[in-house]
Amino acid sequence: MANLEIDFCGVKSPNPFWLASAPPTNTGDQVKRAFDAGWGGAVWKTLGNPIVNVSSRFGGVDYGSTKLMGLNNIELITDRPLSVNLAEMLDVKKQYPKHTLIASLMVDTRDEWHEIIQKVEDVGSDLIELNFGCPHGMCERGMGSAVGAEPEVLKTIVGWVMEKATIPVIVKLTPNIGDITEPAEAALEAGAHAVSLINTIKSIVGVDLDRMVPLPSVGNASSNGGYCGPAVKPIALHLLGQVAKVFPRPISGIGGISNWRDAAEFIALGSTSVQVCTAVMHYGYRIVEDMIEGLSDFLDDRGMSSVHELIGKATPQYQEWGELDLNHHVVASIDPDKCIGCQLCFVACMDGSHQCIHIPGMDDEAKRRAGHTVLPTSIPDRVVKTSAGAPGARVPWVHEDECVGCNLCQLVCPVEGCITMVEQRKGPEVETWNDRVARGDDLPPGGLDATLRARGKL
Amino acid sequence: MGETKAGYPLPAGRLEEALKDKKPLYTRGEALTEANRCIYCVDAPCVKACPTGIDIPTFIHKIATDNVRGAARTIFEDNLLGYSCARVCPVEVLCVGDCVYNGWGREPIQIGRLQRYATETALARDPALLSRTRKPKSGRRVALVGAGPASLAAAGHLALDGHHAVIFERKSIPGGLNALGIAPYKLQADDALDEIAFIEALGDVEIRTGTSVVAGEPKAGEVGVGSLLADYDAVFLGLGLGADNFLGVPGEDGPGVYGATALIERIKVDPSLSLAGLSRVAIVGGGNTAIDVARELALLGVPDVFMVYRKGAAAMPGYAHEMDGARREGVRLVEHRQPTEVVRDGERVVGLRVARTNGEGDEVLTCDAVVLAIGQARLTALAAAFEGVKLDERGRVLVDDDCRTGNPKVFAGGDCVNGGKEVVNAAQHGKLAARAMGRMFGRG
Repeated sequence: MANLEIDFCGVKSPNPFWLASAPPTNTGDQVKRAFDAGWGGAVWKTLGNPIVNVSSRFGGVDYGSTKLMGLNNIELITDRPLSVNLAEMLDVKKQYPKHTLIASLMVDTRDEWHEIIQKVEDVGSDLIELNFGCPHGMCERGMGSAVGAEPEVLKTIVGWVMEKATIPVIVKLTPNIGDITEPAEAALEAGAHAVSLINTIKSIVGVDLDRMVPLPSVGNASSNGGYCGPAVKPIALHLLGQVAKVFPRPISGIGGISNWRDAAEFIALGSTSVQVCTAVMHYGYRIVEDMIEGLSDFLDDRGMSSVHELIGKATPQYQEWGELDLNHHVVASIDPDKCIGCQLCFVACMDGSHQCIHIPGMDDEAKRRAGHTVLPTSIPDRVVKTSAGAPGARVPWVHEDECVGCNLCQLVCPVEGCITMVEQRKGPEVETWNDRVARGDDLPPGGLDATLRARGKL
Repeated sequence: MGETKAGYPLPAGRLEEALKDKKPLYTRGEALTEANRCIYCVDAPCVKACPTGIDIPTFIHKIATDNVRGAARTIFEDNLLGYSCARVCPVEVLCVGDCVYNGWGREPIQIGRLQRYATETALARDPALLSRTRKPKSGRRVALVGAGPASLAAAGHLALDGHHAVIFERKSIPGGLNALGIAPYKLQADDALDEIAFIEALGDVEIRTGTSVVAGEPKAGEVGVGSLLADYDAVFLGLGLGADNFLGVPGEDGPGVYGATALIERIKVDPSLSLAGLSRVAIVGGGNTAIDVARELALLGVPDVFMVYRKGAAAMPGYAHEMDGARREGVRLVEHRQPTEVVRDGERVVGLRVARTNGEGDEVLTCDAVVLAIGQARLTALAAAFEGVKLDERGRVLVDDDCRTGNPKVFAGGDCVNGGKEVVNAAQHGKLAARAMGRMFGRG
């Protein structure tokens, strides 16, 4: 069994699964139950001067019958007195000395930072996380993402923190910024030991069309909140990939992580630990069992003995578009033994892609009416024969000469393994757009006169 | 359901009121969950399996987006009786039976229940959903004979098209089998009458109950075939079927022997019917009417209900899923028996003598009532009285693809054309006829 223990800035954590600073880490009782369930670490609900919250606070985004694809909140940092939180942190650390206790902090002035750092170090925190990401409520008071979005301000405040802190410092980055590498580099220059990302994304989850009030509503009004949950995972992975290229120290990945596979993907793109919130708010602390088991089995399958062998394995393969191989080509292949004749691939290709999937049995007139512009000479007429098949339905056929290899048909096909993308290279050599630019061969026919004139080709 | 006009009051204390709906109306949450399971096939097999060709994936998609009125519009466009069909269609052998989920290890989509949700919910919210779209009056008048599903569907489509539909119904309660023959755990008479009120509110629809159309010289309360042909721009024959067939065996005349559709009609609308004292009832027949009446009697508390069928279970014309339901409700099936006599002790029925169809003798099955579900008569004389209307050798009215008979202004549909099928088949005939009439009248 693989070793799930990680070393994060010199702090040993039993596993890479940490609870993000959020409602699941609001109290000592909660954190103890989480550690009992198997979580390796917990980032305490952000400490600072206590605030006042509103009601309601959360808004959900469902997709089809799937609940909480996304979650948004307008809750602020802890509303409990600092002394209460600190006493509970001390108690937790005493009872769970091997688990990782991270103090999330958000205050304003240099004196406040120094005072709170002293206090959280005194109760035995292993790490400090600077909440420079919260995109609602606090940023309007000059804290949270107001700091994270301004690299110079961020650098100043990290500087204040570094004057005082004796334990490693993580800077939590906001995604609500044009280029996330700027605050990441600022944090590095200011001496931060690590970054975590992403904090939530500025959002409005919906509008109550009866009352004309955005959601979640507080009486007859609402405010923008922070968006998280499975829906934000692709955004988080992208920003993680960018930061991993410029930030050579540990990263704690956050954003829609709900299971071991999500966690493995974040680690492969450069995270050392991962932080989870929405999935726990949805299903409870118990989900960590699957995460531990799944990640361990995955590492075993890959012959990796520790999480550290996985960290960043996919990072080099994240490249800019101009470096992709233009000669790599795939075409769709439909398995007639699996097709059920729903013809979703057909309609997706016809209306949403490149009109290269044909239904057998149409005459030329019907094909043109359906939207085909290129008519192949012969189309194999195969009746759907799966037991689930629609009576009389035909197996759609891919006109390989026309297929651009976009994946759309495979993505919409409801039958696992029915449509595969088969590699058919356009040429043996690798050729990238950047190669073409270097050669001056980056102007396919059909462009603008002004461009051609500027290039001296008209 | 939708706007109501006069309504047709039903007496209280009907036996059917005791039977619970087996597939109650979905809540919004249930409907969204089920709708979201549908994969929204293109050229979908469920559509091809629907006799009225409802665009099922589209209406289910609209339910999933909470566009319930749009879903109802999609349904009604192809089937104005979409509400009752949702409840009474044998979906197991139609749309649901052809869902791609069958055989893929998944439960097929509950299309009937979704259709009920869409139609019932939309009309509750917006009763004038369809009626506000009706076209201006055309001045054309159509007479429809019989107020069953075929005529109601035709009348509804004609009304939306601006024509005046006059339905002649010999009974006091309109609706034909929809009101008087559907198993109560699927649809009760009051719901069927609500749907009739919805059809009436679509436009110029007039239902003259208690008015028979007759082949000969009309008496009071009757209308002659000749005057219909003379006074209306077109005629639609939605005659349905006639009285229950009897066996022609000794002892069957007298109390304790019932025709199946007549008995079902009494269960649905006659509060004077009582099943008290019945302990064993024999149902003769193996079709869906036989299964229906058997299930109804079993559910109403008759302790022993058994079906007597001349062949084996596999040969039964009734649907297997209905027979499965009957068995679950305690109905027994006695196979390979041909009734030869209703045995009586004085007036009282005490048994049914049956011959084994393999020739190995006969026996008396003890029972205190016999219900005959062996088909219904055809109303051939009335149909043939319309000049130019032709019948086939089984007494069915011959029509073309537009449901037009040999007389160009006479159309026909439903059971009198197909010999006895589902409500949805009748609805399709009514729609086809109404469309053809619309073209004849220079509309559509």
